[in-house]
Amino acid sequence: MSAKIDARGLSCPQPVLMTLHAIKTEKADEIEILTDTETSKENVVRSAARQGWSVIDILEEEGNFRVKIRKK
Amino acid sequence: MKNIFATRYGIIGVGAVIGVLAPLLQKLGNPGNMGICVACFERDIAGGVGFHRASVVQYIRPEIIGFVLGSLIAAYLFKEFRPRLGSAPVVRFVLGVFAMIGALVFLGCPWRAALRLAGGDGNAVLGIAGLIFGIWIGTLFLKKGYNLGRTQTTGRTAGLMMPLMMAGLLALLISFPQVAGQNKSGILFYSVKGPGSMHAPLVIALIIGLAVGFLAQRSRFCTMGAFRDFILFRHAHLLSGVVALIAAAFATNLIFGQFHPGFEKQPIAHTMHFWNFAGMTLAGLAFALAGGCPGRQLFLAGEGDGDAAVFVIGMVVGAGFAHNFGLASSPEGIGIYGIEAVITGMIVCLFIGFTMRRKHI
Repeated sequence: MSAKIDARGLSCPQPVLMTLHAIKTEKADEIEILTDTETSKENVVRSAARQGWSVIDILEEEGNFRVKIRKK
Repeated sequence: MKNIFATRYGIIGVGAVIGVLAPLLQKLGNPGNMGICVACFERDIAGGVGFHRASVVQYIRPEIIGFVLGSLIAAYLFKEFRPRLGSAPVVRFVLGVFAMIGALVFLGCPWRAALRLAGGDGNAVLGIAGLIFGIWIGTLFLKKGYNLGRTQTTGRTAGLMMPLMMAGLLALLISFPQVAGQNKSGILFYSVKGPGSMHAPLVIALIIGLAVGFLAQRSRFCTMGAFRDFILFRHAHLLSGVVALIAAAFATNLIFGQFHPGFEKQPIAHTMHFWNFAGMTLAGLAFALAGGCPGRQLFLAGEGDGDAAVFVIGMVVGAGFAHNFGLASSPEGIGIYGIEAVITGMIVCLFIGFTMRRKHI
């Protein structure tokens, strides 16, 4: 199961709030977060790691970052 | 490429460097415990161009210009300049106005609160407690779905507006340089006494401002986010930067003989404890609702965030109101209408907090 979050255009701390909310409520093992700033990407990666999730992929495409995280 | 400034050691290092540079600016001429104060310096800029006529706080502070341009340079070098705007800008303007008013009731933004603490000013404890309380209120709204909406990508020109305004201020400062003993030079106002008359040499202040802007853009240093992230997520990443700033400033103040513990007769401070607390509660809430401390708003504006630029303009306008309407405090205590201003600001911020929700955007 995987879930997707579109956090483009949202400023701190919204992308992190959305990611943590998804980690807690979605039954997904994989979550894909789409952000449009380097800062949001860093914050999402840091928060996911603290929740014990691992970052499996970060793709940069058309100025956006597609961060994939997976439950360890 | 990994951004080393965004690591734990990176943010601690940046906090420590700012903690050394700020007391150094004080040593070189800036006012007491005001090596860096984003709110005070924007207020001085408002005075420098005559938006208010409080003669003791008028000077175009080069540090603020440096913050924005330093961030712009970093953002360009590391390909992070992203012109964007459209996330409820008028709400951000209003938040900027009241953030400034709250900060001027306390007499300092979160940066100066930290520096006042590091200089021994006990009144800063009340201000920092108020700041944390205001940010905590903000986190309650965030948990309930408070959101100012998404930004849109925009043209390069829009993203460059705030850096260009800062370049314009620098051009004015160079075109109409200070004349010793004169309160005006061409179109600019210059304080001849009071905190506005106290400043480090222009070139040094500008260079330090550029360095801080550069480092803060890379590290995402934010004095409000420090407490917000800790309250919301128990993340101490940004907080470690602020703690490093205070520790380094404390040590630097000791070396420079600038540490004077106590509550009375502190530089540019008053001892009305409740209003120190309440002023910063208002500022903290406004910063939390706007997503960044006043410094962070400048750095974001430097990397192309037009909404942060609007917040900055709100703060400059707020400084005009604060001094024209007698809302700002002085070492004697709060202003004539300071209490009414704090109450009004809290009502406005709570209204924004309760009504700007995800379901509406």
